[in-house]
Parts: sequence; C-alpha cells; structure tokens
Amino acid sequence: MIDKRVAGPVQAVAGITDGSTVMIGGFGEAGSPIELIHALIDQGARGLTVVNNNTGTGQVGLAALIRAGRVDKMICSYPRSANSRAFPDLYRAGHIELELVPQGTLAERIRAGGAGIPAFYTPTAAGTDLEDGKEQRDFDGTNCLLEHALSADFALIKARRADWHGNLVYNKTARNFSPLMAAASAITIVQAAVVDRPGSIDPETVITPGIFVNRVVGVPDPAHESQLVAEGAVYP
Amino acid sequence: MAARAAKDIPDGAYVNLGIGMPELVAQHIPPGREVIFHTENGLLGMGPPPTGTAMDPELINAGKQPVTALAGASYFHHGDSFTMIRGGHLDICVLGALEVAANGDLANWSTGAPDAIPAVGGAMDLVSGVKNVYVMTSHCTRDGAPKLVDRCSYPITGRGAVNRIYTDLAVIDIGPDGFELLELTPGVSFEDVAARTAAAVHDARPTQETGPVWEAHD
Repeated sequence: MIDKRVAGPVQAVAGITDGSTVMIGGFGEAGSPIELIHALIDQGARGLTVVNNNTGTGQVGLAALIRAGRVDKMICSYPRSANSRAFPDLYRAGHIELELVPQGTLAERIRAGGAGIPAFYTPTAAGTDLEDGKEQRDFDGTNCLLEHALSADFALIKARRADWHGNLVYNKTARNFSPLMAAASAITIVQAAVVDRPGSIDPETVITPGIFVNRVVGVPDPAHESQLVAEGAVYP
Repeated sequence: MAARAAKDIPDGAYVNLGIGMPELVAQHIPPGREVIFHTENGLLGMGPPPTGTAMDPELINAGKQPVTALAGASYFHHGDSFTMIRGGHLDICVLGALEVAANGDLANWSTGAPDAIPAVGGAMDLVSGVKNVYVMTSHCTRDGAPKLVDRCSYPITGRGAVNRIYTDLAVIDIGPDGFELLELTPGVSFEDVAARTAAAVHDARPTQETGPVWEAHD
C-alpha cells in the first residue's frame, strides 16, 4: 500500500543533511512552502545550496532561512527584492554565493535534471556576461550555450491538493517551478492544504503525478508571505 | 508611448509586457482587438488588477503584483511558460531599456555597478525567443543622455535583439543600417531626434505613395 503522508512539517523535513541541495518551489510568494521552510529552519541543516527564482521577502520563509545563515549558495534568476535585506547583506559581505541563471534557462535546467538529460544548448544569454565559462556552439548561424541540468537532494513544494499517492494540484500561478522541481529532486516533500484519499483527484486534472513525490504533509491553512511581511513577522 | 505601441499590436496577438512602463500598453489596446497577455510566471490571459476582495496572493504577474485571469485563461508551469517564450510562440514582447544600440543590442538588466545585486529574471529568454522585440523607453535619461546609442555601454541582455523602439520623440525601427525613423511624435522634428540620438538616424518615414510601414512584423 502506498501512503506518502507524514505526521507534520517536522517529520516532512527529517533527514535533510548539512550541505544538501534543496529546490524550493515558488515565484515570489506564490507557491512558497512557508511552513516547510520554517520547519527546515527549526531542523537546523546548514551549508545548503538552494534553488529558487528569488531570495524571499521580509524576515519569513526563504528570506528567514537565508538570514539564519543556513544557505551557502543560491541558484536563482532574480535575487533582488524591494523589502528584504537578507540576501543582499550576506552577498555583499561575501557570506553567500550566487549562481545567476536566466529564468527560462533555470526552468529548463531543472526540467532536464528531472528528465535525465545531462545538458542542452540554448541561445539565451549568448553574447552576454552570463555566457562566461560556458561551452558554445553554432546552430544554423545562432550561437548557443551549453547549459547543464540541475537536480537536487530535496524539493520543498506547496500544493493546493494532494492525495496519499502524491498526485498534486496547484493553485493558479503558484504552480511555477514546482512540477519541474518535483521531478528533479531525489526526495520531494509536499505541503498541501487538502490531503485526501487516492481517487479524490480526477486523473485528468493531476498536474504532478505521484511518482515524483515522496512525502506529503497537510497544512490546511497555509500562511501568506505578504501578509506575514505586512504584519512585521520574524521567523523564528 | 504606451498608446502608440498598443496601436501596433494586432488582433489575436500573444504578447508579453515587461515589468514597469510597458505594462501600460495593456490599457491602450484599440477597441475591437483581442490580445492575449502572457506573464512568464505561468498565466496566459492575464487581466487587470483585481478590485475589492477578490485578491488571491497566488495569482500574480511577473512583477509579483496581483492580477486577474480573464475568461479563456490558462495556468502552466515554468517549463511550458518558457517553451512559449523560447520556442518562438509569443508574437510580441514590449520591454524597457537602459540602452538600445544601432545594431539592435539591448541593455536592460544590469547597470554593472559594482555594489548592485545582479538580477536577470526572464529578460534574456524573452529577447532570444520572442518573434518581435519592441522597446518602450524615454529617448534620453533624466540627465539628458541618449539611450539610443552606437554601442551599448551597459551589460548586454541580447545581441541584435530589438526590432522597434517607441520613445517619447519617435517610433524607430532597427534596420540593416541601424536606426530607421518611422514616425515623429507631433511637434518633434527629425533634427530633434537626430540631436538626441548617439548614433546615425535614417529618415525612413513613409511617403504618401508607400503608405504606412508600421504593420507588426511577423
């Protein structure tokens, strides 16, 4: 019998070791698994490499994980944010490394990681400062860069609905990177507002099939990052 | 500028608008045209900001501002979203600029300042993949420095990427010989534009005989 449910966020993030690479779903606050990130802060793993489009806002969620000094390296496309000092302060002080990746290349590298494709060529960023150190090849007169796949030890993902098999449905633009990250990570950990029995999700509407998911935890009323930031919340 | 750019967006076009000033283009689509707006975080059929209590913090645009989904909209993950961009499925994108060069190079992602946090987002994907790359920008900086230049001094977003530029002074295409002036803002002379551009400008305004040439590229 397949049942991927775990008791709570604490159990969900168990086993994330120091030095792990962790993909975290979300574009801005949409799809950010705040409760899982906070559980990871409590759990204590450090020296992490984190893959996310951004670097968080305020002093909660991803920004709090960075601010707590747990992240050695960010792989992202847009680390700037109007209302967070967490990443900029550590970056300027030389305490956190940044691998800046164009957003579409980031998505495609994660997709490749999940699909068993070691690398691919793309014209994006050819002729720019971000081509430095990358192998180049001309295809029909278009210069392209060789981009390597990204995979991870763990993924933290937020879904609207899950079943015990790990089939997932997302909410609106909260889907973003999560289906790609689920496939690209050895252990994919999901928080879902609704967790129900297999058969509760119409197979035609499943966005992430359960084969890509390892642990599911119910978080019935997830916090909204912008609301926490507006309230001045600080985690922990 | 937004209204002038909107005039060139044909009925049925799939369009991505850059964060900031280009977002205004959506408000100026001429009546009778249906244009579908794409936002790279995962929505086709993006509508205006929500009113009242309908806001969902997980329905946002690429600028992370709340938006709505119009009838006929679809949500998708980043792999699909950037397949639309990188696979050449979007007809037009309208982007802001720090500089545009006469050879079509665009600089809009970094000032190269040593203390700046580098951030690129989807800009390099858009300029390498979208069929028509339009730029909407003031002709000069606040200090009066030309933004249309011979060669970009800021870090490049894409080489030879730009097709057309909408400024407060003119509509200018990038052609084989560089900047080709298509249209002047009323009250502005060709000499005004040439004086505020740091590269040669060719007068390519249509004659009575040839008629307008500013149909959208395809």
